[in-house]
Amino acid sequence: MSVIFKKTAGLTETDTHYCPGCTHGVAHRLVGEVLEELGLLGDTIGCASVGCSIFSYNYFNVDMIECSHGRAPAVATGIKRTVPGKTVFTYQGDGDLAAIGTAEIVHAAHRGEHITVIFVNNAIYGMTGGQMAPTTLSGQKATTAPTGRNAELSGMPLKMSEMIAEVPGATYVERVSLHHPKYIRKAKKAILRGFTYQLQNRGFSMVELLSTCPTGWGLAPVAALEWLGNNMIPYYPLGVLKAPEEV
Amino acid sequence: MADRRGIPHIAVERCKGCGLCVSVCPEAVLSIDESRVNLKGYYPVTVESGESCIGCLSCALICPDVTFTIELLDDR
Ligand SMILES: Cc1ncc(C[n+]2csc(CCOP(=O)(O)OP(=O)(O)O)c2C)c(N)n1
Ligand code: SF4
Ligand code: SF4
Ligand code: SF4
Repeated sequence: MSVIFKKTAGLTETDTHYCPGCTHGVAHRLVGEVLEELGLLGDTIGCASVGCSIFSYNYFNVDMIECSHGRAPAVATGIKRTVPGKTVFTYQGDGDLAAIGTAEIVHAAHRGEHITVIFVNNAIYGMTGGQMAPTTLSGQKATTAPTGRNAELSGMPLKMSEMIAEVPGATYVERVSLHHPKYIRKAKKAILRGFTYQLQNRGFSMVELLSTCPTGWGLAPVAALEWLGNNMIPYYPLGVLKAPEEV
Repeated sequence: MADRRGIPHIAVERCKGCGLCVSVCPEAVLSIDESRVNLKGYYPVTVESGESCIGCLSCALICPDVTFTIELLDDR
C-alpha cells in the first residue's frame, strides 16, 4: 500500500475561511505543492493582497507579508531586490490586480522583476460583496451591475494576461483554469514553470488562474465550476501567452 | 492484472460539504452525509462505496479544503 496523495507541507494546518467550494483553496494547494516540491518552503516570501485571500498569510507555510490593496507587486519588488536569493511571489485577486493595482502589475512586469505572480481571476470582487470588477463578463450580474455588465457603460472585461504578455519585460504569462481535475493538473504545471523561471533568474512570470466565486456569483459550488467552464473560458482563452524560447 | 484500487480517507472536520468531490468522482464512491454535521456545521462528505475507488485522485485535486489522503492498494 502506498500513499499517492496527501496534504502538502506547503500549507499550514489552519482551516481556511473561504466559502464552501471556492477554488481559492485549490489555488493555495497548488502553490503549496509546487513550493514544497521545489524545496523552497524555507526560502520563500509570499506577498498577500487585499481581497478574500487577505488571510492567505495564515495558510501558506512560508514567510508572508500583507500588502496594501493592489501594491503586492511593488512590495515583492522591494523584497526581491533586497534579498535576491529568496523566492518571492504575490497572490492577488482580479479586483486587486486588475483594478486598484493595475499600475503596479504593469510596471513590475515592465521592469522585468524576478518575481512570480499568482493571479486569481474570479471575475468579481468576492470579499466586499460581489461588486463588478474590470474582469466581470459582459452581461454578468454583480451587486453593482444588477442587470448585468453593460459594455457601453463599463467597457469590455479586461484581459490582463494578454496585456501583460505585451509588456516587453514579462518573461512568462499563462492562463489556466481550476474548474476540473484535468485542468487543475495543467494549472500546477504552469505554476511550477513560473517559479522555475524565477529560480533561473529569467525574469517576471505570471500565472492567471480562472477561479470560482460561488457566493458572489450566486451559484451552488458545482454549478459555479460549470459556469466557469461555459462562460469564462470562451472569453479568457487558456494557454501560454508568452514564454521564453527554450534552449 | 488486477484493477487499480484506491482507498480514500477524508479529514471530515475540514470538509465544508461543497460536493465538488462528489461531482467529479467517476465511480460514485463519495456522497454527502446528511445524517450528521461536522464541527464547522456542514454535512460532510463520506465514503459511500470505497471498493469502487480507482485512485484517480480527481476528488483530491478538486477539493478546496484538502481533506483527502489517498492510498493505492498494490496490484497482485
Ligand atoms: C484602498 C482600498 N480600496 C478598496 C478596498 C475595498 N476592497 C477590499 S477587497 C476588494 C476587491 C476584492 O476583489 P478581488 O481582488 O477580486 O478578490 P476576491 O475577494 O474576489 O478574491 C476591494 C475593492 C480596500 N480594502 N482598500
Ligand atoms: S466570496 Fe467568493 S472568492 Fe470570497 S471566499 Fe467566498 S466564494 Fe471565495
Ligand atoms: S480517487 Fe477517484 S475514484 Fe477514488 S474516490 Fe476519489 S475521485 Fe472517486
Ligand atoms: S470537495 Fe472537499 S470540502 Fe467539498 S465536500 Fe468534498 S471533501 Fe468536503
